[in-house]
Amino acid sequence: MSRLIAWIDERLPLTKFVKNHLSEYYAPKNFNFFYFFGSLALFVFILQIITGIFLTINYKPDAASAFASVEYIMRDVEWGWLIRYMHSTGASFFFIVIYLHMLRALMYGSYKKPRELLWLFGMFIFVLLMAEAFMGYLLPWGQMSYWGAQVIISLFGAIPFIGESLALWIRGDYVISDATLNRFFAFHVIALPLLLFAVIYLHIAALHTVGSNNPDGIEIKENKNNNGVPLDGIPFHPYYTVKDIFGLAVFLTIFMFVVFFLPEFGGFFLEKDNFVPADPLKTPEHIVPVWYFTPFYAILRAIPDKLGGVIAMGLAIFVLFLMPWLDRCKVKSIRYRSTTYKVLLVSFVVSFIGLGYIGMKAATPTLTLLGRLFTLVYFAFFVLLYITSKNEKTKPVPDRVTMHD
Amino acid sequence: MDENKGNKSPNRRKFLTNLTKVMGGVGAVFAAIPFLSTMSPSEKTKMAGAPVEIDLTGIKPGAFKIIEWRGKPVWVVHRTPEMLAKIENQVDYLADSESTGEHQPQYAQNKFRSIKPEYLVLLGVCTHLGCSPLYKPGENKDLGLEWKGGFFCPCHGSKFDLSGRVHKGMPAPYNLEVPPYYFASETKLIVGEDSAS
Repeated sequence: MSRLIAWIDERLPLTKFVKNHLSEYYAPKNFNFFYFFGSLALFVFILQIITGIFLTINYKPDAASAFASVEYIMRDVEWGWLIRYMHSTGASFFFIVIYLHMLRALMYGSYKKPRELLWLFGMFIFVLLMAEAFMGYLLPWGQMSYWGAQVIISLFGAIPFIGESLALWIRGDYVISDATLNRFFAFHVIALPLLLFAVIYLHIAALHTVGSNNPDGIEIKENKNNNGVPLDGIPFHPYYTVKDIFGLAVFLTIFMFVVFFLPEFGGFFLEKDNFVPADPLKTPEHIVPVWYFTPFYAILRAIPDKLGGVIAMGLAIFVLFLMPWLDRCKVKSIRYRSTTYKVLLVSFVVSFIGLGYIGMKAATPTLTLLGRLFTLVYFAFFVLLYITSKNEKTKPVPDRVTMHD
Repeated sequence: MDENKGNKSPNRRKFLTNLTKVMGGVGAVFAAIPFLSTMSPSEKTKMAGAPVEIDLTGIKPGAFKIIEWRGKPVWVVHRTPEMLAKIENQVDYLADSESTGEHQPQYAQNKFRSIKPEYLVLLGVCTHLGCSPLYKPGENKDLGLEWKGGFFCPCHGSKFDLSGRVHKGMPAPYNLEVPPYYFASETKLIVGEDSAS
């Protein structure tokens, strides 16, 4: 065995790679609960690829037969229901995991120098993931698939001058049709997954260049022993591989419970109207996107102007890209930051969840007003953060990471 | 000897390198055109826009009918005299009661937005984000006190009156569109053309 590895090492730096990225890759020893979600996101990505491949084997990307082929997978293909429910539940769990992963970065300042590029790649993955989920949702060709796509593609129509031609080019027809379904299938199963794979690779490459942040927001590379090993670091393998496997076991217990017993999740993961085939002549009474889009959708609805709404929604995502430069505080972790930042972050999270709730409900005057308030809070977070973080009163940051046991 | 040759005219070399880069870039742009063009509507799609014929005998006063034209819903409403009276009297809550925008053919640019006031023909696509609004002819407290019947978009709550004119302060930016149409006879309506050609 060792001779085989030696043979490979002469031709490919296998041992070196394992050392650099696993057995001698030192991660901070004080990771907590929030540090499960990166590896879980990677797991869900792989799960989506595998279940997706097996779904394409029986799915037909054709407006006349798409809906029936999904029902065929559910009823007639052996274990087809399991593969399909794992894929549909996986989509929602992907966003749960990613949102918690992003919250972690906001709490512990993981986007700050030297991790700006890491954050930008992460945001790029988030945008690609939204496109991937949106296009995947058209494929079952139900009422919500159809009208959801109609609304989102019409957003491009709001762009001055080129908007209408752009929307026409994206659809490939004057309305959402077979042409649209066919191209969304191509993007969903090959173009976007390839792009995602590439950006995830860059995300991890950037992470392994600068090293992980931690709940104390201290650079462990600044305290090394004589051998150059960070004093507060432990090898990723076996310590964090084992920790992550435990996290995965807990995750899978919850995930498979949902797959087996609550795959529609009361209409949150699979909407009721999507069990009706797409009808281009009839919009459902209540049209809402899937839950993970509702915060941004609520911002779109809050602005009483077509172009303004689209701009606000785009800005809500774009402004997150700027976090490394909007937050001017040198201290990373929320543990040592001011009460101001804590209040800002809590109000941001509350407004995000509030918008998510409002985006799911029909537009009533009260909810519209509340939606506008939360939209204001959402954007105020970034403005106030920029202003207050310049001269923020922070607590002293320890030299070494803190452990609670 | 070769090394000296390369250094003889560095500016010439630099110029040629840059020219190659530019030409390569231009070539890449041209090569992208056929790929991106495959995503535009095909010839077959463009041809599928033929006019459609509607028989009006089955549409009684007050009735509402949806037909398909170019894959989109087209509505025909046979308006009653009471409906027409409401359209005439209630205009203060409308954003563009005179239909000044170019969202209807010239012959439908009037307060009833139609050739014959009793027949309303509209493209049933919300001018906001393309949903198909719902026909709510009666008074309805859920839709506000000013509601005198019209069309309500379930997606983002835009309201239109019985002439398809948008209310003030709605997400929809302008009135519902009127497609080109004409009456071939007393009971036959053609949607998709301004006149028999």
